[in-house]
Amino acid sequence: MVEVKILSTPIDVMHCINTVMSPSTGGIDVFVGTVRNATKGNVVLRLEFEAYERMALTEMQKIAYEAMRRWQLNAIVIHHRTGTLTVGEIPVVISVAAPHRTAAFDACRYVIDTLKQTVPIWKKEVYEDGAEWVAAHP
Amino acid sequence: MVVKLLAFGIVRDVVGGSTTGVEVPNACSVGVLKELLTNSYPALSSLSSFTIAVNGEYALTDTVIKSGDEVAIIPPVSGG
Repeated sequence: MVEVKILSTPIDVMHCINTVMSPSTGGIDVFVGTVRNATKGNVVLRLEFEAYERMALTEMQKIAYEAMRRWQLNAIVIHHRTGTLTVGEIPVVISVAAPHRTAAFDACRYVIDTLKQTVPIWKKEVYEDGAEWVAAHP
Repeated sequence: MVVKLLAFGIVRDVVGGSTTGVEVPNACSVGVLKELLTNSYPALSSLSSFTIAVNGEYALTDTVIKSGDEVAIIPPVSGG
């Protein structure tokens, strides 16, 4: 079972956990990304996320199905936010259920690491004295 | 033909909107499109990288753009 969503409203973490629950599951690994208050010495006030939604959903599905192929898993949920998020809010949740924990841990890490490399979503960091699109420049 | 392009993230700032258009020759490849774009918008060359997506998929340099394709300029992604 795979569920991927781009949301403009807060992510429901318990929904992400409950959705992957099943009798044959022995463990659920959940990654919750949160907005940090500083980057490289700059105080971060908020992050502004935008997505190329059609393509982001396709790329998130590709990652989830590749993880299902590589590891023995029961279900994956990937939810990602768009819009403005302040410190402590949740831009991304990845929930992976598997019969055994090793596969759940490894697959969860694979999903977040690959998402950061391939999914067309962008964030702008807004500081007290400016703003910057993350990773845009070398 | 004129290719209409979707722009995201810093590219939206560079081209001054969420879409832009560029005149390209027939049977234009993604590689040629990137050169034309860099000529029109020199600020694109200061980015870490940018890629082109055609119809919602990352495109190769030799992918040929057809009339009616949905083409997007993809700056370095930073989700998560």
